Amino acid sequence: MKFNDAIFGVVLAALSAAILIHIQAFPKTPGQNVGPALFPGILAAGLGIGGVMLIARGWAVRASVPWLALAQWTRSPRHVLACLLVIGSLVFYILVANKLGFLPTATIILVALFAVLRVPLRWNLPVAVIASLVIHFAFYKMLKVPLPWGVLKDHIW
Amino acid sequence: MWGPLGQAFAMVFEPYTIMVMIGASLFGLFVGAVPGLTATMATALLVPVTFFMAPIPAIAAIVTATAMAIFSGDIPGCLLRIPGTPASAAYTDEAYALTKKGQAELALGAGLVFSAVGGLFGTAVLIVFAPALANFALNFSSFEYFWLVLLGLTCAVFITSDRPLKGLIMLFLGLLVACVGLGNPAGFARFTFGNTELLGGIGMIPMMIGMFAISEIIRFAVDTSPPAVMVVEKVGNIFAGQWGLAKKYPAQILRGSALGTLVGALPGAGADIAAWMSYAMSKKFSKEPEKFGTGHIEGIVESGAANNSALAGAWIPALVFGIPGDSITAIVIGVLYMKNMNPGPTLFTTNPQNIYAVFLLFIIANIIMVPLGVLCIKAAKRILKVPRNILMPVILLFCAVGTFAINNTVFDIGVMLAAGVIAYVLEENDFPIAPAILGVVLGGMLEENFISSMIKSNGNLLGFVNRPIAAALAVLTLLVWLSPVLVAALRKKTLSQRTYT
Repeated sequence: MKFNDAIFGVVLAALSAAILIHIQAFPKTPGQNVGPALFPGILAAGLGIGGVMLIARGWAVRASVPWLALAQWTRSPRHVLACLLVIGSLVFYILVANKLGFLPTATIILVALFAVLRVPLRWNLPVAVIASLVIHFAFYKMLKVPLPWGVLKDHIW
Repeated sequence: MWGPLGQAFAMVFEPYTIMVMIGASLFGLFVGAVPGLTATMATALLVPVTFFMAPIPAIAAIVTATAMAIFSGDIPGCLLRIPGTPASAAYTDEAYALTKKGQAELALGAGLVFSAVGGLFGTAVLIVFAPALANFALNFSSFEYFWLVLLGLTCAVFITSDRPLKGLIMLFLGLLVACVGLGNPAGFARFTFGNTELLGGIGMIPMMIGMFAISEIIRFAVDTSPPAVMVVEKVGNIFAGQWGLAKKYPAQILRGSALGTLVGALPGAGADIAAWMSYAMSKKFSKEPEKFGTGHIEGIVESGAANNSALAGAWIPALVFGIPGDSITAIVIGVLYMKNMNPGPTLFTTNPQNIYAVFLLFIIANIIMVPLGVLCIKAAKRILKVPRNILMPVILLFCAVGTFAINNTVFDIGVMLAAGVIAYVLEENDFPIAPAILGVVLGGMLEENFISSMIKSNGNLLGFVNRPIAAALAVLTLLVWLSPVLVAALRKKTLSQRTYT
């Protein structure tokens, strides 16, 4: 996924403008010319200049460099699914881990990722369960991290 | 000196620390040998575990794991033509060419032996220079620190990256990320948007795990290249001929180690850049440059020493100034703060036993690398067959739990995910990651020293160059800023001279 530099330039210039507007509301330190807005202000200005330079650079080569060049994997549904699942599984963890509990959440994530990465079917579930149990043991029992039990809270061991 | 040294020995040779070192060695060797898992990733994955250890075992784990990983990255490079870590990429083709000539053991042996030699050289420099530098730095005021941090950031952008504009943008982004939260001289909550999780700033460790592990997992998920083929059946005695190499290439070993240590100590450049530069230098000064690329051991000897010496070199600015020399020490600095071993010159005066222990750890790590490395090479065929489609999802889960473990909040998992996706997209588009990391790590320090210098000098910028050392650092910084222009001018001059003659 390669974007033309100008695309990044536009995003960065917009970000810079947003920061510069946002920091106007920062308080001034009485009796001093340096406040909490000074440092981010300098950075945002620099970012804005960099963004404009990228726009210029990308615009100059727009004939030969497309706005977006998709990589080979984007044409393979399995790879696109794998990419989405990697990201999706973390979103899934953030959303449900507390309610569902660590062990079921982890097992579901691993089964899904193993499936899309073509782990042989007979290995899929056993490895997912064992790996989840091992990580649970290491962090919950040995390192005392309070991983959630969720639906299994009546069966804590 | 002897009291603290004795204490250091006692801390390092405690059974628990030794056990941690052995465990971390095996972990590091494995991570380095599996393509797609890097030494920095090994460090990031270790952080959640070291979080629960005492300071010395925690540092021991990181020092040993990274030293091993940088060596074992040579193994798949040699056998599969895929570098195990980016630090081996410079000479992967060379090593594979040797393997095809039936000399895999010579390449692997040189990688191992001269990795250890380079690592010990870097350690020696660390031992000699870090305390001296710390002593010197005791007199530094905010002005010197401001320029020093600026010089470090400048190096990361201009010396170590071939794309200064993109590097500079990444640096600004990193510095802006460091602005989030209450941690600024005014104690004003910036860019938190009412979110209490952001008051303490964006967590450094979740961000690092995202940038170095999650982005790597995404890269694996979308990798369409066909599986590599192994050409060797059996690796012979790897020590045969190594003494001969040492006698034949002493200058190369010394040059590689010295360049590696120097590049490592430069902020933003780590083992990978050290190896590339050193390989190029080896070819340039070689008596037989035409043999490079055809399976010639000279470049491997030199750059294999360079990438391991860079590891120790990177700790010099990290320990003395809190300025990371590479991405590994960027994470290490986070760990040091968590362990109340705040980097800085006072670390050397108040708790010298901790510093001596770090030195000892480096020495031990580079020595035990040799026997453990031999075992790893013997087991290489099995390690390279580990199914990565099982490994990567498990690592993903480990990252999620490890990130959660630091503050027990799923918010950090979100930070990790965002950092991973952003790092992946930016890296695909040739934005260098190192300047951003340096920006994040050093943002607070830069602002603090900038603001207190501004207040001290009453807003007069001349005050920034009133003290001699500050002025010297300022000149150095400006020179580095101008370096792309100077280099371009020099090139133009030589080109025009060539056309005239």
